[in-house]
Amino acid sequence: MTTQDETTYDDSAPSPGLDPSLPGADPYGASVDDDTEGARVFTASGGDWNDLVDEATALHEERIVVNMGPQHPSTHGVLRLILELDGETVTEARAGVGYLHTGIEKTMEFRTWTQGVTFCTRMDYLTPMFQEAAYCLAVERLLGVTDRIPERASIIRVMMMELTRVSSHLIALGTGGMEMGATTVMTVGFRERERILRVFEAITGLRMNNAYIRPGGVAQDVPHGAVDMIRGVVGELRTGIGELEKLLVENPLLKGRTVGVGYLDLTGCVALGVTGPILRSTGLPHDLRKSAPYCGYETYDFEVVTRTSCDAYDRLRIRIDEMYESLKIVEQCLDRLQRTEGQPVMVEDKKIAWPAQLAIGGDGQGNSLDHIREIMGTSMEALIHHFKLVTEGFRVPPGQAYVAVESAKGELGCHAVSDGGTRPYRAHFRDPSFNNLQAVAAMCEGGQVADVIVAVASIDPVMGGVDR
Amino acid sequence: MSDDETTDPKHLESGEGAPVPDKAADTPATRTDDDPRSADLAQHTGGGRVPELSAADAEPVQIGERRGMFGATRGQDTTGYGGLVTPTLMPGASPRPYGSFFDEVADTLAVALADGTGYESAVERVVVDRGEMTLFVRREHLLEVAHALRDHPGLRFEMCLGVSGVHYPGEAGRELHAAYPLLSITHGSRRIRVEVTCPDSDPHIPSVVEVWPGNDWHERETWDMFGIEFDGHPALTRVLMPDDWPGHPQRKDYPLGGIPVEYKGGTVPPPDERRAYT
Repeated sequence: MTTQDETTYDDSAPSPGLDPSLPGADPYGASVDDDTEGARVFTASGGDWNDLVDEATALHEERIVVNMGPQHPSTHGVLRLILELDGETVTEARAGVGYLHTGIEKTMEFRTWTQGVTFCTRMDYLTPMFQEAAYCLAVERLLGVTDRIPERASIIRVMMMELTRVSSHLIALGTGGMEMGATTVMTVGFRERERILRVFEAITGLRMNNAYIRPGGVAQDVPHGAVDMIRGVVGELRTGIGELEKLLVENPLLKGRTVGVGYLDLTGCVALGVTGPILRSTGLPHDLRKSAPYCGYETYDFEVVTRTSCDAYDRLRIRIDEMYESLKIVEQCLDRLQRTEGQPVMVEDKKIAWPAQLAIGGDGQGNSLDHIREIMGTSMEALIHHFKLVTEGFRVPPGQAYVAVESAKGELGCHAVSDGGTRPYRAHFRDPSFNNLQAVAAMCEGGQVADVIVAVASIDPVMGGVDR
Repeated sequence: MSDDETTDPKHLESGEGAPVPDKAADTPATRTDDDPRSADLAQHTGGGRVPELSAADAEPVQIGERRGMFGATRGQDTTGYGGLVTPTLMPGASPRPYGSFFDEVADTLAVALADGTGYESAVERVVVDRGEMTLFVRREHLLEVAHALRDHPGLRFEMCLGVSGVHYPGEAGRELHAAYPLLSITHGSRRIRVEVTCPDSDPHIPSVVEVWPGNDWHERETWDMFGIEFDGHPALTRVLMPDDWPGHPQRKDYPLGGIPVEYKGGTVPPPDERRAYT
């Protein structure tokens, strides 16, 4: 075989435009900050930490600023923590975000209202259903169709949201364990989450980024056999979560790392706008599913889990107990799904209902052939409506709406503004992680360096949601 | 959440247990502003000290206009309706009674502000739309209103869930809006929205971080994305975009950006340059 290209590439030459003699020539290296002049800069990248510590202590420096990141701790995304240390004690902690900013809110302004679901589902990639639900509830309020959403669609939404809550909490515990060095916690957490992702794949066709909840209802009904499948999965999840619970709850190492760590009391939480398991770990039973129900949550039987120690351990216990409560709700959903078999899952108004008639064919999931036959072969009007709705979209009367749902991490709000067009004039998401990450300073200052990891894990931030 | 206020049991409850007005002793003349009953009375009698809505305020607010029938942005309009101009109208101020708990909030706020600026000069208009209440607050009085909303026992909006900027280039003198969703856990998850506007030429709004410290990053984000300067913010720097980024990306005059995509010989322009029907 002969090489087709005779040109040889010399990759030893420096990249054009970068003078290697200049500081900061490495585009991926740390930039040289003018403010550090006169101070020694240590770059910790592998090697023995003790050597670095010895070197630093030899200088008799009182104040050490450690830049943790920007790096990718577990599944949280790219987070940068700036810590000022006095020995092992953190005297100041600041979080730097923005490394995963993707401009989703701006991009949504250039797509139709229905296509917006496809974007917002990617924000916090561990809780896709919550973004979809918050956004769709906001669009529905703008449209004024909130009361006309079919019951079965709301049941499916609740079921999907609760399964998402379980999967998000499993990741929170699993990666939290991994960050403390307990990989078994991580493998158990991911194993159990995999069961939920299989359910999502069976129902929506996708494991993550589902774009399943649509303005007006859900994309399609659950497939045949889904109810039995989920019933089986709920049983397996109970066993799996029980295993995780046994592994964690009375584990002396875990308790040693988490009890009393990341303390944030009720005053701190309310002042900082912190919601979710962190707020409930202060004893306040604030849960939007109870206090401002949506999607018919008021008709389900479940408890709001609270504890009172305000620390990372209690947040972990709350997450475990919430998973059991979520499974309780999922089982109630399954009963209702059996009762409402065959009922519509999309609003009746054909000017809003996205024509997502999907079916499984020989080459995977695609448009239902019956639907194609109808619009292409028998009904000109159906074709026009399909075409208009898909290309142009529907118009939403001008106004604004803010709808909040209780995501796995706290209050997830969607502020949607319409100017009467087929696209969102503005869609803003109040992501719980973005807000809760502000509590890093309050939780970490005065603690140990190792406690920073635990505190951040107990906030359970996901940078996809923080940076959007 | 139900949009229909009459069927929501919470709203019905708000009328129960209210003080029964003592008709003999209580007249407008004997009422004082610091009497907590006055707010309750005003709410239940349907009249407050807030003046009648003027006709000009009740008019919808025009934020722009739409041309043509289908909002096509590119190419020829072959419909024959290309000359059609439709104004884009946002809901105008609402008349009393607002319904739900909104009257109570407005009356209590009037009581809370009575010692200082006064409700009429602080709140320029109240819009109740789709079951949500929006208080348009003049920016110079935002801090006072924020303190009252958080601290007055009848209001207690202890949570501020961030600030969302919106850019309306067509609304002259009020191009930039900042919407603050507020939540009162004390009063059973009541929600209202405070909205503040400022012109493009003078994009300053006082920071509410001293009232709700959790708004720190949210205001940084709104500065980052819309260029609204929150005066009094402890460290108003960019939070999502890089520090040296030029411009404020979510303003309407900032392009989306993007590159054309080639596929099998054809070229698809970036999303903001495609033919669209808005």
